[in-house]
Amino acid sequence: MTLELVAADVQGERLRAAWDVLASVLDPEVPAVSVRDLGIVRDVIEHDDGLEIVLTPTYSGCPATEVIEHDVLAAVDAAGLGPARVSLRRAPAWTTDWISAEGRRKLAEYGIAPPGPATSQEAAPVRFFGRRSEAEKLACPRCGSFHTERLAAFGSTACKAIYRCLTCKEPFEHFKPI
Amino acid sequence: MQSSIELQLTPSAQYLLRIGDTCLILAQRLGEWCGHAPILEEDIAMSNIALDLIGQARALLTRAGEIEGRQHDEDQLAFLRNERDYFNLTMVELPRGDFAFSVLRNTMVSTWLKLLWERLANSTDPEVNAIAGKALKEARYHQQHSGDWVVRLGDGTDESRNRMKAALEQLGRYVAEMFDTDAVDEQAHEAGMGPLWSELKAPWQAEMQQILDEAGLAMPAESAFRSEGKRGMHSEHMGFILTDMQYLQRSFPGGVW
Repeated sequence: MTLELVAADVQGERLRAAWDVLASVLDPEVPAVSVRDLGIVRDVIEHDDGLEIVLTPTYSGCPATEVIEHDVLAAVDAAGLGPARVSLRRAPAWTTDWISAEGRRKLAEYGIAPPGPATSQEAAPVRFFGRRSEAEKLACPRCGSFHTERLAAFGSTACKAIYRCLTCKEPFEHFKPI
Repeated sequence: MQSSIELQLTPSAQYLLRIGDTCLILAQRLGEWCGHAPILEEDIAMSNIALDLIGQARALLTRAGEIEGRQHDEDQLAFLRNERDYFNLTMVELPRGDFAFSVLRNTMVSTWLKLLWERLANSTDPEVNAIAGKALKEARYHQQHSGDWVVRLGDGTDESRNRMKAALEQLGRYVAEMFDTDAVDEQAHEAGMGPLWSELKAPWQAEMQQILDEAGLAMPAESAFRSEGKRGMHSEHMGFILTDMQYLQRSFPGGVW
């Protein structure tokens, strides 16, 4: 094996290890899913002076962004992957369509109804209603019933809305498609 | 006392401050609902919308500061400018009023911002372009939520309809400023920063008409009065908001947490 190939191998190894570590960094506000499952880790780049982890913020005003940056760096450091820094990439804008299948499964398990497709919704014209209870057909993450209604457009964090199931009577959160 | 910063504005920087300041001051007004909204869900909604607007304002103020080229960061721009150096729409600095007034103002401004972000997503400034791509999704949700309330209150009881009518009467006087075009606008537009605000008028009226039709309300006729917050000429309410907003930074210069 030539020296270049060994170097490339070591480099690939470090990137793989970084991606593995990122799969264990949980979102501080939705601690059921990792930042990697949420799709906010866009890239990991190896530079001569260390790793660059590229993140895309979920919402313009998301207060968790700084905590996530800190957690990501702490995890990479704890794994002994050498110096690292975080950079923010705004474009293209984050969409819930980037949440992995695994991430969606974990959200539902945690009791949060995962988002439907965002891109098709964005193409539809906005329509206005005095009452919105019948507007979306959303399955209850606990019992699976579609007999649900929205209680509030905004929830405990910017990314969620509050619903309740009329079958099992339990309230639940919905990760809004954006 | 921390002294105010002096701006050296280019049209492109002022163009961005007009939008960023509009987001910032509306967010400040919405924050006043925290603990006061008629129901808990709406208390949370107002604060959440304010949070998105502050995020958008931070990004725009940061970019405006970079374009200005005097190393003014988002905090200096938010906390160390005097009243005449703020360029927000006058509409957003009016006192928060009742719930009808607030949801109507949110509807008017989020519809306007949505149309603006759609066009700013084609800005030749890559940073503005990226900010707009994200903000557009947020403005759309804000419009949906606030517009639903306009329909619900307009098509509600006599009391809610009357309050909505009063809000339309009051806010109608400040609509013209949203579509005024001046030299700053034209030069920023020439530079590829974003659209002339006059381009937004027809689509804004069409979308507002759809909401008001659904609500059984009518748009008041255009008034002869022209507000000029975007040129730094504010209503008597502006000084009070800035006093609230800037108090800490003026009293404890450079304080961070």
